Amino acid sequence: MSVDPVTLVAIIAMAIVTYLTRVAGLFVADRLTLHGRAKAAFDAIPPAVLVAVIAPTALTTGWPETAAAAVTILAATRLPLLATVAVGVLVVVALRAIA
Amino acid sequence: MNPPATAREGVRDILPAMIAAVPIALLFGALAVGKGLSVLEAGLMSIFVFAGGAQFAALELWTYPVPVLALTFSTLLINARHTLMGASLVPKMGAFSLLQRLGAAGVLTDEAWALAERRALERRITPAYWFAVAGILPVVWIGCTFLGAWLGSFLGDPRQLGADFAFTALFIGLIAGLWKGRATAIVVTASAVASALAYVLAGPPWHVAAGAFAGIAAAWAAATPDRAPS
Repeated sequence: MSVDPVTLVAIIAMAIVTYLTRVAGLFVADRLTLHGRAKAAFDAIPPAVLVAVIAPTALTTGWPETAAAAVTILAATRLPLLATVAVGVLVVVALRAIA
Repeated sequence: MNPPATAREGVRDILPAMIAAVPIALLFGALAVGKGLSVLEAGLMSIFVFAGGAQFAALELWTYPVPVLALTFSTLLINARHTLMGASLVPKMGAFSLLQRLGAAGVLTDEAWALAERRALERRITPAYWFAVAGILPVVWIGCTFLGAWLGSFLGDPRQLGADFAFTALFIGLIAGLWKGRATAIVVTASAVASALAYVLAGPPWHVAAGAFAGIAAAWAAATPDRAPS
């Protein structure tokens, strides 16, 4: 049960920016409403960031990971979240075994 | 309606999301120790950050030495949506004191926000409802993170079990949940290409900024300009 100082700094920095995003909306004087391109850009943030985080693993690691990602995308269109994760993990383990 | 009855409705509303959070938090804890965090560090992150998507993204970026700036930047980008959610809720909220408002912000999640928006169609959001609907998830999230981290410390090398790929699969599932057709496809394609290129050419952590920027810019370019509020 140890806490590394740099890890603690990272956690605190993450906590501060997260709380700021949560509290900012409750204190803006006017309702923050976006339209057109600004709204499209803002709505794009979550998928853009999520994809950016995983793209190297999915596309640049090797064919087992890329193939497993493709199967996972298919699974995600018809299965709930945890079943999707299970499919992805099982497929990557199987493909790495034959790679 | 009296506050205890309102709070009971909040608990009833959040129950499915609460159950869904259990395995996700267990997975987070187990993956965190697989990345080298201690059980306590994993728990502290769930206590202080308490934002699932950003926490999983942080683990994916986690290396030693710890890239504090990249982690903070990624967290800020992923959680920026909270600001719009909060702003949308404010006009629908009843009498919250300053202290209640500061506390209410601390437990804002996608799930609680969505449920509160649904309730706001019929009645105002009172502190009793908000703290019931939003305040239970942190307890489940933190408790199950500790449990998952403790269990994960017996699992050994996460790669052998394919657990390192769990992030990728989880994120694919989360993206599918956000899917809104063509607009999302444009964002996803732009972000994936830019991120993979940046990863190969510049290395981590630049792929996050490159992919995020490309996805956002593509959404901006593809949208129709609209000046009149609709």
